[in-house]
Amino acid sequence: MAGTASTPNKTSTGHAADSHGTGGFPPFNPDTFSSQLIWFAIAFSALYLLLKRMALPRIASVIDERRDRIVRDLDAAERLKGETEKALSGYEQALADAKGKASGIAKEAQAKLMADVEREKTSVDTQIAAKITEAETRIASMKSRALAQVNDIATETAGAIVAQLGGGQVSADEIRRALMPTAGE
Amino acid sequence: MAAGADGGHSPIAQFELKTLVPLKVMGIDASFTNSGLFMMMATGLVVAFLMMAMSGRALVPTRVQSVAEMIYEFIATTVRENVGEQGMKFFPLVFALFIFVLVLNLMGMVPGGFTVTSHIIITAAMAFLVIGIVLVYGIATHGLSFFKLFVPDVPAWLLPIMVPIEVISFISRPISLSVRLFANMLAGHIALKIFAGFVGTLFFAGAWKLLAPLPLALTVGLTALEFLVAGLQAYVFAVLTCIYLNDAVHGGHH
Repeated sequence: MAGTASTPNKTSTGHAADSHGTGGFPPFNPDTFSSQLIWFAIAFSALYLLLKRMALPRIASVIDERRDRIVRDLDAAERLKGETEKALSGYEQALADAKGKASGIAKEAQAKLMADVEREKTSVDTQIAAKITEAETRIASMKSRALAQVNDIATETAGAIVAQLGGGQVSADEIRRALMPTAGE
Repeated sequence: MAAGADGGHSPIAQFELKTLVPLKVMGIDASFTNSGLFMMMATGLVVAFLMMAMSGRALVPTRVQSVAEMIYEFIATTVRENVGEQGMKFFPLVFALFIFVLVLNLMGMVPGGFTVTSHIIITAAMAFLVIGIVLVYGIATHGLSFFKLFVPDVPAWLLPIMVPIEVISFISRPISLSVRLFANMLAGHIALKIFAGFVGTLFFAGAWKLLAPLPLALTVGLTALEFLVAGLQAYVFAVLTCIYLNDAVHGGHH
């Protein structure tokens, strides 16, 4: 600093800081303090007031609004999730009910069907049994008739044989007794 | 250096105040200088930027809006962490100090610009503003028990030593706060100017021309460093302001 032409420029007006005259090291030149302080006070208080009244509340309101919105949206999402879960559990309940009902109906239908089959079977069995009995009766009667006819034929044949052998006329009862000694008993 | 030039080569010429509009108020010099101009420009720039950035008030911020919101959240977090929720009443002050220092530091990085914060009177004004608020608010809320700040929790026989130390440390706060910022900006800009001057000096010194790229590279590096310092010192100023405000809010018992 001492190298340059240091004119003793400590003017009383305070306009020492021109391009040439260096009244010492500029940051330590007390002549400039008052103007710097005054303009600092003006600029900084203007900045402070503008920030406090206008800029910062605006930023704060935007940030708050965003935070509120996010909280609100998260709440809504939570609520919708709960509703979805409720609907899902309702659906599952309905499904389980329907399944239970369906299996009940199926069981009932099966039971009814089994009963029908059983009843049908019984009636058919009865009918068959009746038919069998009837058939057996008929067979028995036919058999006895056939047997009776066999006796008659045998008697006639025996009579004819006796007559042919020359034994004369033998009564049918005699022949019958001779043929079937046990028949009369 | 070169006496033929208009002082532009002197590393301290950049700190000189140039009177733009001479003014005198009640016998006191209130001239509008380049310092005043840069301070008014800083205020204008900050307010214009923030208002422009927030004009959309968008829920999903634009890039500019998120920059404004990031600075806001950054300072808000700093205040909350260092002072607590009660400290938020000082948030506009801390924000104003931070952004003012930051913008003035950065404006000083513009070639041909003026670094307002390289003048001790400005940094001292801010530092004493902070300490003044700490004292006034601290005494207003805690009364005389605010001065328990100077009585640390030590055995009684140590107090005659400790109390003066605490008092000195409290008094040195505004000094360290102002000198730190002032010295950082001043030294950085002087170093930058000197190394940048070497580039020209070497370039016009015959064969030494070949060495000129060395200080040029250094100047580039220093410029990057100065940008870092510009941001860092603004942050340091804001953090220390918060720490001092913490004493005012919470009194001597911490």
